[in-house]
Amino acid sequence: MKQWNNFTKGFIKDNPVFILLLGLCPALGVTTSAFNGFGMGLATTFVLLGSNIVVSIIKNVIPNKVRIPCFIVIIASFVTIVQLTMEAFLPDLFDSLGLFIPLIVVNCLVMGRAEAFASKQDIWSSIVDAMGMGLGFTLALTMLGGLREILGAYSIFGIQLIPGVTDGMLVFVLAPGAFIGMGYLIILFNYMKKKTA
Amino acid sequence: MEYFAIVIGAIFVNNIVLAQFLGICPYIGVSAKVSTSVGMSGAVLFVMTLATIVTFLIYNYILEPFNITYLQTISYILVISSLVQMVEIMLKKVSPELYQALGIFLPLITTNCAIMGVALLTIQNEFNLLQGVVFAISHAAGFALAIILFAGIREHMELMDLPKAMRGAPAALVVAGILALAFMGFAGLV
Repeated sequence: MKQWNNFTKGFIKDNPVFILLLGLCPALGVTTSAFNGFGMGLATTFVLLGSNIVVSIIKNVIPNKVRIPCFIVIIASFVTIVQLTMEAFLPDLFDSLGLFIPLIVVNCLVMGRAEAFASKQDIWSSIVDAMGMGLGFTLALTMLGGLREILGAYSIFGIQLIPGVTDGMLVFVLAPGAFIGMGYLIILFNYMKKKTA
Repeated sequence: MEYFAIVIGAIFVNNIVLAQFLGICPYIGVSAKVSTSVGMSGAVLFVMTLATIVTFLIYNYILEPFNITYLQTISYILVISSLVQMVEIMLKKVSPELYQALGIFLPLITTNCAIMGVALLTIQNEFNLLQGVVFAISHAAGFALAIILFAGIREHMELMDLPKAMRGAPAALVVAGILALAFMGFAGLV
């Protein structure tokens, strides 16, 4: 039961993007379509999982004073793994995510979970926490990407909703739509959090 | 002319916050007052220029000759975070006034993706060192323009009677969206 709460807290109650406001840069930058948001979410989840596992294993070896640089090196190694793998196997996704793949390294969500959770908890809890938070992040990015894709191009995951109509409200695909869509989704999540609490 | 295009492009057309979504965390986090946003802009200008110079030299004189460009992400983040530490220690000794003004913002900058983003973009655009410096300074100026404008608006919004659910971050994001809309007017300028 404890692990279940640990897993599901990232979905609504402590959603990293909409409630904690962590990792806003990739959340706004890559979500021009639902698929891009989904891909970015999975890449971040992988980094989060890897760094949480490693940090939790070696937490007793790292001297307290230099823990932040150690975390950064661990995170950066996993980011490089994602970067090279994605460039080799998913070049299209790699191109559309662009700069934001190396920038996972400065995503405050990954650093925050390493510092606040994995460096204090056992490995099993850290895995559950990383999966929950990562899926919450993926959910948030897919929702924002889906919203922008539906309003901006009348399609979802590349499938046209109204056959023959492709030119939606362009503003939602461009930069302003990201900010405005994010603002309204935060309102929705605040409302949902209040309901469940 | 070439430098002019870099400057206008970085400040207005591809504004780092409103068009490229880099540095959103400080943009939302420290924009409640105009005075703090000015301090943050100063710190960003300082660190961004230094970080771009250092990472440029590392890429061109260490990573590329030895064929280890895949270490780019790791080496950049280490260099940037130690640079910030070093700048902080040096400022404390050399110029206490500047340290007073920028001090509390410096540690926050390590996780500011704008710094890392500009360092990576300088390499991606294949600039030379001088172009890279101009690029970094104009991006920092773009950040300052966006955050100071935004802080001015947010100070006024404090007095407004918004619906409860919209107060704080949601309203700030919607306002940022409208600002981004205004900045889209510069598209196609360069």
